[in-house]
Amino acid sequence: MDYRDSPGEAEFRSRLRDWLARHAREFALSGDEYWSRYGDWHRALYGAGFFGLSWPREYGGQDRPPVYDVILDEELAAAGAPPRPSLGYLVTGLGHHGSKELCRRFLPGMISGTERWCQGFSEPGAGSDLASLATTAVRDDDAYVVRGQKIWTSYSDVADWCLLLARTDPAAPRHQGLSAFVISMHQPGIEQRPLTMISGVSTEFGQVTFDGARVPAGNMVGAPGDGWKLAMTVVSHEREPSTLGFTARYGKTVRTLAARLPGEPGEGRTIPSELAWAHVQTQMLYAHVRRRLAEQMDGQTHGPQGSLDKLLMTWTEQAVGHAALAVAGTGDAAALEAYLYSRAQSVMGGTSQIQKNIIADRILGLGG
Amino acid sequence: MDARLTAEQASLRAAAAGLADKLGPHSVLALSDTKRAVQLEQAITGSGWRSLRTDGASGVELALVAEELARGLVDVPFLGPVLADALRPSGPGTTIAVGLRAIDARGATRALALEGTRLLTAPVGPPARGTDLTRVVAPLAGPPQPAGEISAAHATRWRALAVCVTAAEMVGAARGAHALAVGYAKVRTQYGRPIGSYQAISHPLAEALALIEGCESVLRYAAWAVDELRPAEAVKAARIAKVYCARAARTVCETAIQVHGGIGNTWECLAHLFLRRVLVCAETFPVRLEEIDVGLP
Repeated sequence: MDYRDSPGEAEFRSRLRDWLARHAREFALSGDEYWSRYGDWHRALYGAGFFGLSWPREYGGQDRPPVYDVILDEELAAAGAPPRPSLGYLVTGLGHHGSKELCRRFLPGMISGTERWCQGFSEPGAGSDLASLATTAVRDDDAYVVRGQKIWTSYSDVADWCLLLARTDPAAPRHQGLSAFVISMHQPGIEQRPLTMISGVSTEFGQVTFDGARVPAGNMVGAPGDGWKLAMTVVSHEREPSTLGFTARYGKTVRTLAARLPGEPGEGRTIPSELAWAHVQTQMLYAHVRRRLAEQMDGQTHGPQGSLDKLLMTWTEQAVGHAALAVAGTGDAAALEAYLYSRAQSVMGGTSQIQKNIIADRILGLGG
Repeated sequence: MDARLTAEQASLRAAAAGLADKLGPHSVLALSDTKRAVQLEQAITGSGWRSLRTDGASGVELALVAEELARGLVDVPFLGPVLADALRPSGPGTTIAVGLRAIDARGATRALALEGTRLLTAPVGPPARGTDLTRVVAPLAGPPQPAGEISAAHATRWRALAVCVTAAEMVGAARGAHALAVGYAKVRTQYGRPIGSYQAISHPLAEALALIEGCESVLRYAAWAVDELRPAEAVKAARIAKVYCARAARTVCETAIQVHGGIGNTWECLAHLFLRRVLVCAETFPVRLEEIDVGLP
């Protein structure tokens, strides 16, 4: 057992640190400027050889163990750079369920950032109960025609492609009538509108209306009716430990807040209990990500355990949000944004209530 | 970077778990079953775990054993003797004193204490039942006498170890309480259904499991740090672990009592034994949230 970097990991970390020292500050960290330059950041990181680390080499990745993603996240946070582009769920969803042909066509552009993507899962009427989604895809010759509405679609305004979940068989039981598609966002019949979040950010999420948009039948991911399986792969991947990329950022926020306190560390200064508690939780999460990575090395895959990780991450982010308010107050724009943004963490990627249902049912065996 | 337990560590953990499951008290009544207590004492003596540290065991290994024994509410001394042994190899009959009390005083004649880098020793007085019903405490029977010096590094690492091992006991007790409550939620029915099928019961139990997972992670890192990081860093990691585990473990035990409803508030229900063990471990080598400042730049 050794929590320190192996020689290979240390070499990678130092090479990355050098690159970040030169380039990290060129990109905004938050707010609309961050979201609008996300694509440039993605391509810069990939171009320098620091993105797609744990993904297959044949699609532009580097086939490294997931610990390298964690090192990347830590160094990005420490350098004050934007976070790692969050694409793992899309790469995994398409990679696991798509044909070789679809993977060859789409994964390289997705990983390198030359093509932008969004995910069309949630709908106004289908949030936690995703299987109730009502968007339809109806076969028409060698294509499907899509009608319906999607919401909480990150980057819908800049996306070239959408990984879409739609109902192809209204007669089938609801989990079996869904199929997944790769659909072009550049066509008539797709309209997208931004959603403004409580933090004021309006470039993260969109609402997308499909009204007669077309997708070639060959762009179906998997077979007709395989949509639910893909959706489950995607949502459980969103909770994998190495995708808990924000861990290191929480620690960075805590240190930044601590630096604003009067007095010197260890000299009996009073620090707000919210900040101390946020620090304790970020340290817990640091150790937790490492323990989960270790379990992965032993071949344990994380199904429902990801829900435990998601709860721990959520509690930590929200504790950091409270610390930001306690130290800096609502008058500080960054602190207010950090706090308001943290409220979404217990909703996105599956609400905390849904995580608890999964834990209760699939780990504790309590039934429902 | 590799946070995996070694095969030896995993089998040590399994051995401690097996012993605790076999001979730990499975009811409050079993606390006064002297036949069981004698068998348990023989098994722990035979295991040699009270001198793990002088046998070369790491902080991780001590924490694993402490956690499993606490999970099974093992009610013969381990924490006191193993920490005394880690301070200075002293043979059977030695425990440690915290403040002016010997902890784990059953069968102990002497208690060691650390003050700065100075070792102190005192005879142990008549044992009495304490707040933790699985643990016997005793006043010191005389004033502590100087018993030598240890190096500053040894003293600091020992403090980190003591904080970690008491945190490990809390995590074990929390796991025991949680398992008890989950089992109860599956068999207790109200309104014609097992209470565990209601979200009002299942969600707190799910939260409790997440807290336990967080405890395991923060504790394992701190236990590793005892031997592998610089002494000051080891203490820092131990403090973080203790603060997190103390809060989390108490919450988990309180949830366990709540899930048991009226029964959970009776003396006969095991749930309060876990809670008491957690509360006492939190007060033994305590760390307050206010002391966490040293961890921040």
